Amino acid sequence: MTAASGMAALRMEGVDSFYGHVQVLRGFDLELKSGEVLCLLGRNGAGKTTALKTIMGLVPATAGRILLGDADLTKLPPHEVPKAGVAYVPQGRRLFSELTVAENIEVGLMTRGKGAATREAVLDLFPVLRERLKQRSGTLSGGEQQMLAMARALCLEPQVLLLDEPTEGLMPSMIARIRETVAGLRERGVSTILVEQRVDAVLPVADRVAFIENGRNRETVPVERLRADPDMVHRYVGVG
Amino acid sequence: MTRLSPSAKSIALHVGVVLLLLALNVLLPEYHRGVLARVLVLAVFAMGYNLAFGYTGLLSLGHAMFFAAGLYGAGLTVYHLEWSVWPAFATGLVAGTALALVVGFLALRTTGVAFMIVTLMFAQVFYLTTLYFTTYTRGEEGLVLPQAARVLAFPGGVLNLSDPSTRYLVALALFALVLAVTLFLARAPFGRSLVAIRENEERMRMLGYDVFANKLASVVLSGLVCAAAGAAYAVLFGYVGSGFAAIQYSILPLLWVLVGGAATTLGPLIGTLFMFYVIDTASSYTTAHLLVVGLVLIGVILFFPKGIAGTVRERWLPWLP
Repeated sequence: MTAASGMAALRMEGVDSFYGHVQVLRGFDLELKSGEVLCLLGRNGAGKTTALKTIMGLVPATAGRILLGDADLTKLPPHEVPKAGVAYVPQGRRLFSELTVAENIEVGLMTRGKGAATREAVLDLFPVLRERLKQRSGTLSGGEQQMLAMARALCLEPQVLLLDEPTEGLMPSMIARIRETVAGLRERGVSTILVEQRVDAVLPVADRVAFIENGRNRETVPVERLRADPDMVHRYVGVG
Repeated sequence: MTRLSPSAKSIALHVGVVLLLLALNVLLPEYHRGVLARVLVLAVFAMGYNLAFGYTGLLSLGHAMFFAAGLYGAGLTVYHLEWSVWPAFATGLVAGTALALVVGFLALRTTGVAFMIVTLMFAQVFYLTTLYFTTYTRGEEGLVLPQAARVLAFPGGVLNLSDPSTRYLVALALFALVLAVTLFLARAPFGRSLVAIRENEERMRMLGYDVFANKLASVVLSGLVCAAAGAAYAVLFGYVGSGFAAIQYSILPLLWVLVGGAATTLGPLIGTLFMFYVIDTASSYTTAHLLVVGLVLIGVILFFPKGIAGTVRERWLPWLP
């Protein structure tokens, strides 16, 4: 399953971050290997989404470092992080609903992509979008919206993709399609951090799983270990 | 029968509107031609406001200052320095653009209600400044520009801007130019990025956009267009007064754009024209004309919740830009 090379695509070292006066991440460490799918699991409020937002600079890191390869992302303004090679698909998709599918993709292409070639590659990944190019994105189904959100992020040609609950509220066929896409991206060398609540949605696609608790990464384990020891999920997440 | 593409339909509609307005120059009686010339210039003001509010989602309560900067930039140089129309008009544009750059740079550090208040305060400062320097501006009473100075010189001749037909055609030329620019922008990547910023700033940041720079560009462009309207008003109608810098002239373009349809190319013209004639007609029947205007506005919002052009686009003509 894994195409991970062992080299770190992205590292968080001792990162602290706050929402106002409330500390969320506490000495947070994480290593995403090149070409792997790393899943963050944890209870609500554990700090999974905050970890992604901190990588993107949306929540500032007050201590520690965030490295993309050798490049330090920690002090970059948020709009420079995607240009460095990290794309983020937030929970709830957040499309530009007044724009058409084609225009959403075009907006994604303008900052980093390579124009027509990138557009075609992205549409090849999500053929259903090709049939809906002139449709306003707000009128797409939930699954199609998720695909468009991923397509728009992939227009940045990222080295690292951050996905926050991409399967939330989708029907099983769509979940399978999203999973296939994540696996396909891994084959192309894209490293992915996946935040999910549903363990069953993670197991078929993840290489490793990091358990997040109280703003810390408690343990990162290969997915095989999780299969062998299902109680581990119960210990950290509270569900089996 | 060949079906026109959405793009061809849209261009045909806009060309048609400009040609219709051109024909009205000879078809309309004197009074209505004068009203329409004024409406065209104020519609340009509304189109400038629409760039910031409609497309970018910046609800400013201070755009009167950009209109007035153009108005005073052109008017004061004609009146006091006896400049000719071209350099005076250019001064108006520079004044409005520079003001938009400074105000945008400071005000865009805020968002939402704070942005409204900050722009309102800047506009009040501008308004009070025009009242303070009455020696030069003559405050609310204003300045009447001499007819002899309101002449547009060309290599091949001169145009007398006091002449009703010439004034109408010059107003139409400015309107057509700004309409073409707006149409181009609405279809260009920059225009789409402004709409995307309006919909979700954070998402745009996550796609690598410098949102502040894009919003500043929008405010500056908006200020430039509003200043062009103000400068044109000064030289076409020959009057420059503090009333144009007052809060009423910050609220009016918002109203025109909302009635006509925010983020539509023709909405500002429709809204300005509609409001002008509703007020004009109602005031000829009753002194309580604002009551009638209020009722009409309630009706418009009930039946056209996204403004006239916005609702037409949503319900019947999805290709309408």
